[in-house]
Parts: sequence; structure tokens; C-alpha cells
Amino acid sequence: MTSKKNWLSVPYLFWSGLFIIVPLGMVVYYGLTDRTGAFTLDNITAIASAGHAKALRLSLLLSLVSTVICFLLAYPLAMILAQVQVKRHNFIILIFILPMWMNFLLRTLAWQTLLEKNGVINHVLSFLHLPTLKIINTPAAIILGMVYNFLPFMILPLYNALAKIDGNVINAAHDLGAGHIHTFFRIILPLSIPGIISGITMVFIPALTTFVISSLLGGGKLLLIGDVIDLEFTKTSNWHLGSGLSMVLMIFILINMVLSAIFDKDGEGSML
Amino acid sequence: MKNAAKKIYIALIVLFLYAPIGTLMVLSFNASKTRAKWGGFSIQWYIALFENEEILRALFNTLVIALVSSLVATVIGTIACIAMTGMKRQAKSILMGITNIPMLNADIVTGVSLMLLYISLGIRFGMGTILLSHITFNIPYVILSVMPRMKQLNPSTFEAALDLGSSHLNAFFKVVFPDLLPGILSGFLMAFTMSLDDFIITHFTKGVGVDTLSTKIYTEIKKGIKPEMYALSSLIFVTVLTLLVLINLSPDKKEKK
Amino acid sequence: MRKEKRFHIKWIMVMLALTASVLLCGCASSNKGVNGQVIVYNWGEYIDPETIRMFEEETGIEVIYDEFETNESMYPKVESGAVAYDIACPSDYMISRMIENGMLSEINYDNMPNAKSNIGAQYYEQARGFDPDNTYAIPYCWGTVGILYNRTMVDEPITRWEQLWDEKYADDILMQDSVRDAFMVAEKLNGDSMNTLDPDELTAAKDLLIEQKPLVQAYVVDQVRDKMIGGEAAIGVIYSGEAIYTQKENPDLVYVIPEEGTNVWIDAWVILKNAPNKENAEKFIDFMCREDIALMNFDYITYSTPNVAARELIEDESIKYSEIAFPDLSQYENLETYIYLGEDGDSLYNELWKEVKAH
Repeated sequence: MTSKKNWLSVPYLFWSGLFIIVPLGMVVYYGLTDRTGAFTLDNITAIASAGHAKALRLSLLLSLVSTVICFLLAYPLAMILAQVQVKRHNFIILIFILPMWMNFLLRTLAWQTLLEKNGVINHVLSFLHLPTLKIINTPAAIILGMVYNFLPFMILPLYNALAKIDGNVINAAHDLGAGHIHTFFRIILPLSIPGIISGITMVFIPALTTFVISSLLGGGKLLLIGDVIDLEFTKTSNWHLGSGLSMVLMIFILINMVLSAIFDKDGEGSML
Repeated sequence: MKNAAKKIYIALIVLFLYAPIGTLMVLSFNASKTRAKWGGFSIQWYIALFENEEILRALFNTLVIALVSSLVATVIGTIACIAMTGMKRQAKSILMGITNIPMLNADIVTGVSLMLLYISLGIRFGMGTILLSHITFNIPYVILSVMPRMKQLNPSTFEAALDLGSSHLNAFFKVVFPDLLPGILSGFLMAFTMSLDDFIITHFTKGVGVDTLSTKIYTEIKKGIKPEMYALSSLIFVTVLTLLVLINLSPDKKEKK
Repeated sequence: MRKEKRFHIKWIMVMLALTASVLLCGCASSNKGVNGQVIVYNWGEYIDPETIRMFEEETGIEVIYDEFETNESMYPKVESGAVAYDIACPSDYMISRMIENGMLSEINYDNMPNAKSNIGAQYYEQARGFDPDNTYAIPYCWGTVGILYNRTMVDEPITRWEQLWDEKYADDILMQDSVRDAFMVAEKLNGDSMNTLDPDELTAAKDLLIEQKPLVQAYVVDQVRDKMIGGEAAIGVIYSGEAIYTQKENPDLVYVIPEEGTNVWIDAWVILKNAPNKENAEKFIDFMCREDIALMNFDYITYSTPNVAARELIEDESIKYSEIAFPDLSQYENLETYIYLGEDGDSLYNELWKEVKAH
């Protein structure tokens, strides 16, 4: 069995080696050299400069807030959806993925149309004699954009994990006298941890490096670390600094790896 | 009462997700070229769309790339998940970390580094390079969708099947695969979706004359996005939604018979 | 479970059918050129597609047309040689960078009679700012950067960059979200060159931009157009090529070239050094310089054309003599064209711009 497993891992190991590790090596090469090709750590330490550190802090804050909001919105939803009949699975999944089939840029521009001072939402609000919304070009609009874009990535893994929980386990807990809250914290939540980790990874990590959202909805007045990296590559053509800053962000992959390892101790290594 | 609250909650989330799409659909009927002004109702962009060979070709490219790359990514990703369960904890964590890299890296970093890779390997730029790149950034989404399912699998069913004389392959397709299927399907869909949407990586890894809808939309930025794109997006959306509802209704009928 | 599986198969079948149907319409014939091909790399939506079709018909040369969205995303693709393009259409400063790095091939005007006769002498003159002897580039479009304002939302006519620092327009100002264009405004206001590398002048410009930041509603690129039409803001920094279009959509908008001076930009055709089809490239560029073709492109993209012969053909007098589309540049002072500042210069500007944006 084990030998068979090793054989199975070959395609992906090969693929990730060639298309992830080798390109990563190129990023590292650029990150650790300057324009003359000489070794330097300047591109890495540049993260500490006032502008970059501020951008990183802001990115961390906004993506953290977005991840938390996504989680709080998605978990109850996934629980409700998980109770629906099995054969509706695909329908449910598609309903939440379908919005993403509209181009990202078009969707984000549509949010601009909705949120603007003279936008659709404010027209409706003033028609109803309600106070108007002033969130365009603020951090709130960026968070809204992030939540909007990444919410499906939280819903789906949670739904996948929750739908898999055997209803009998929950019934058994109730029969044994556990209340709803107790059942939730002792049974449902722990059993859905793999889904939670997936969801957080898929929201937090992309949100950290996103850049178009901040310029379209944030009015370009807030600089995120993703904007900085994008700027270095597409505007200044300083690939060295861009690569160096990207390497710094790898730290968050490492943190993620450690967290997964901590919360993943049910030893499913022996599975199958 | 509780049920009503649940339904309202779902409805609110769906409204949130579909609000901009509704906006785009309305804009596709806007006679004015700018999104900032309503110039009256018109279907001119739909007519223009079907006369625009370039957009139709880009649509074709987009769908082929998305379909092929997500299928390949799903196969590789699923196999990787199965393989990973047999690995030691440490090795697995490291591989998962590597898997996350294309997701974390800003697209531009992935795009530029893949471009450099293809140049150094001497691969000709074209459809092939786009496909390779799309498969690469699609795999993580498949793995992250399948992995939670994998972890919840009950290993004894597989062993039971083996004990009952089933071959490995047979046991896998009869016992494990059905359990993984929802995860695989959502992984496939996620991959398909990411591929549809990608712009920057495609830009750096495409050959001449191979355009996707995303690359067309982004290059239109300087002069303003053509409303034909709103029309096309609306059409795609309505088509898929209709199909979805139709398929979803049909098995119900069979059951009743 | 079995039912569910059947359902999946059905679903996948539908997907395949959908793709197959698209496949059929995607197979539309592409007529291969009998006289070879030419590979063109241009801005998105920056040509009338009909002119390409006409070129293919008249010459039998197949055009492979590719688009980019910024100069900076074009450059690495061309430089890396990932794809061997024949022709590109970058902006002034990017052309000077490409010249500096030996990426362009010299123009042979003998093979391009239209380019020689139809492009106005003053535009060749202007192009010498980045291409000193007109060796490499043939102007295709040009324009200025100026202020677009909504006359119903301001108290007095806007004529100077200085007014973008007026506190009564707080939250009603749109700035360009690009390093050079943003710094250009501040540098011109200070009376400096927009190609300056003097540290004191740059610090002064940076401080000015930071001072302005609280008044700025948003830093945007292409959306100045839509936001101004929709009345989101009173004043915006915009490219002249957009002005005619925005005025058509919203007659309250006025375009001015500020008194302190501004940027005159030129996008020009260049033939790349390693172009595989040089002869066809010459034919293509010369075809685009033909007056009727240049007129078609002007009508399509509305950016000012340097093709004086084409301008003569414009029927609408209000456009032919439009001060926006064809300003008499000799009336304005302190006009300049961007030049490439070198990698160090670019880095310096970028560092300062990040300080402004992160402030």
C-alpha cells in the first residue's frame, strides 16, 4: 500500500517541482540580487521601510478583518445549507461559484457603480429618504470588496466539511442530553476544523496580496502590500524589490503550515 | 419561524453576491457607452457582440483553456490528495505549504516567473504555455477542496472493500471516490472559475493572437470597457443559470415517477 | 449516492456540450496571408479593426494583432523575446528606454512615403524629445494631459494646476494614479521640469502631493472618464483624448490645458530590432499613415492624430478646428514630453510616490 502511495505522489511532485519550485527559485534569485547581479539583502529588509511596513500592517489588518467577516457570514450559512438534501449539493455549490464567472474586473467596477456618491444604492436610499452611504474610497469599501470576492472560498470548504458530518452523531449527542450550544462546540465545530482551515487559507492568503480592489474601491488612497509589489513589477520594472517583498510574504505560508500542523493532529496520516 | 429566518439569511447572502451581477446585466442594456449614465434601453450591444468575431474567439479560447486546465488540475490534484494521506505528517505539511505558494504569490510574480521558466526551457509561447500556467495555479484550489473530504473519510470502508476481495482500483472507485466526489466537483468548479478569471498570469504566458476574455477586458482599460463585454457576461450568466435550474429540476421528476 | 453520481455525469455532459457548441462557432475561418504575416503589439482598443481587415485584403499580408494595457507590461514581453513581435506602439518615454537598450530597428523612410508626407513636421519635431533624429518612431497618436472640470460644480473657471490644491474642492478632485502623471502636476506647479532628477525639486513635489492628499477623492486611471461623466467629482486630471468623448456624454464638462504647462505625450509606431517580417512591418505602418486610414482610426479612438492629411479630411468643422483635439501648441508655455529616467530615476520616483500613497 505504501509503495503504491509513493507512486501516486509522483505526478504532483514533478509538477510542483517544475512549475512551483523552479519559478520560486527564480523569484528568490531576483529577491537576493540587485540590478548588477550582486548578492544583497536590501530587497528583503526593504519591508521595514516606513512605507512598506505601513502597507503590510494595513494589508494584514484588512485581510484579517475580511477573513473574520467571511467566517462569521459563511459558517451559519454552511450549517443551514448542510441540512439540505444531498442531491442538491451541486446546485448549492454552483449558486455560490456562479458570481465568479463574471469577470473580476467587471464585478468590482459594478460595485463602484453601486457604491458611488451618485451610485445606485445612494439613489435608492435618497428615494426612500434615508441617509446616504459614504463608504466608497474608504477602507470599509476595500473590506467589502474583499469579503465579496473571497466569501465563496469560505462557504464552500465549510459546507463541504459540515455536509459530511453524520447526522447520527449530532442526534446521539442530543439523546445523551447535550444542548444545542454544547453540541455545537463539542461536536460540530471540532469536526469542521479541516474545512475551517481550508477556508481561512483560501480567504486570508489571497486577500493579503490582492491589489485591484484597493485601487478601484479604495480610491487608491490606501497602499496595500499587494499594490506595492504590483507597482514594482508593472510600473517601476524593479523585479528585484518586488521579488524580495514577495519572499517576505512567504512567511505567512510558513505560519499557515505551522497552524495546519497544530490543528491537524488527529493523525489522519494513517488514513486509507 | 426558524425556517423563515434561515431562508431570509440565505436570501441576503445571495443578494449580496448577485447585486453587482444584476448591475452588470442592467448596464448591458444601457444605450450609453459609459457606466456612469443611463442612456435609455437598447439591445445594440448584444447585436454588436455577435458581429464581433474577436470577442467570440476570445470566448472560445477562454472556455477551452478553463475546461482543459481545470480537468487536468482536478486529476493531478485529486491524486496528490490521495498520495498525501499516505505521507508522513512533516512531508505533508511541507507539500501543502508548497501547494499554497501559487495562491499567495501575487499573480504578477507567478506570471513573470513562469514566463522566465518557459523562456529558459525554450517552450514556444501559445495555447500550451497558458494551459501549463493555468493548471499550475488551479491545482491548489482542487487540493484545498478535496483535502477536507479526504480527512473525513472513514478508512475502514476502504479496508472492508479490500477484505471482501475488491481490487485496489475497484475499491477506490466504488468506495472512496463517491465520498470524495463533492469535494472533487467543487474543486473542479473552483479551478474552472479561477481559470476564467485570470488575467495577469495569462498576459505573461500567452503567445500572440491568443486572447481570452480577461485579457481582452483588461486591455480595454485605457479606452474604456466595451459594453459588449457586459452583454456577453450577462448571456453566459443567464445560460448557465438556466442550465443549472433545468438539470436540477429533472432528477426530481424521475424520482416521482 | 448512485443517483448523485449519475447526476454528476449528466452535469459534465452539459458542460461538454456547451464547449462543443462554442467550438463550432470558434472554428470560423482565418484567412492565411499569401504574402506572409506581420505581428503587431498595440494598446487595447487603439485601432479601428476595419483598417486591419482592409490592410489584409489589399496586401495579402496576414496581421497577427496583440494588445497590451500598459507600457510597463508591454516592455518585459518584448524584451524577453518570449514572442517575436514586428511592430509595437509604445509611448514616448518607453520608446527612449527601448532605444537606449538597442531594441529598435531604424526606420527606412524611403519605403514609407505616407509616413514621410502625411505626418506633420511639428509632430516629428515633438518626437525628437525622445527619438533625437526621428530614427526609430513614427507618431501615431498624441495629446496633452489637462484638467477636466464640471462647470456646475465649481465657482470659477479652472485654469491652473494650483486650483487642485484649493480646499473648497476637498473630496471633489480626481488625480491620476500613476507616478509620472501625479508628479508632473506638482513639478509643473513648482515651475520645475517633469523630467527632473534634482532631489530638492522632487522632495518639494512629494511634499506638495502629500499636502494635497486629504483633498483628493480618489487616485484613478481610466475611471476619471466615467466618474466625471457621472458627476462624482468636480475636477479631474485627464488625457485630452478622452475630453471630446466625455463632453459628448456630459456637456457641463470643460477641458483646459493648465497655464503652468503640462505633458505632451506621443504614442508612436516602432519596428523591433529582431522583427521577423521587417518589410511587412514597414508596409503596415505606412498603410496606417495613409490619410483615409488615419481618419478612420481617429474617428474610432478619438485621440488626436498627427496625420495632417487626415485632419484635412475631417468633415465636422467643430472637431477639425477643435482646441482640444488639435490645440496650437505654440500658444502654450512649458510643454514637455516625458523621457526615460533610467532605472535609478524610476526607482527614485517610485519610492517618493509610495511615500505619498502610504501617507
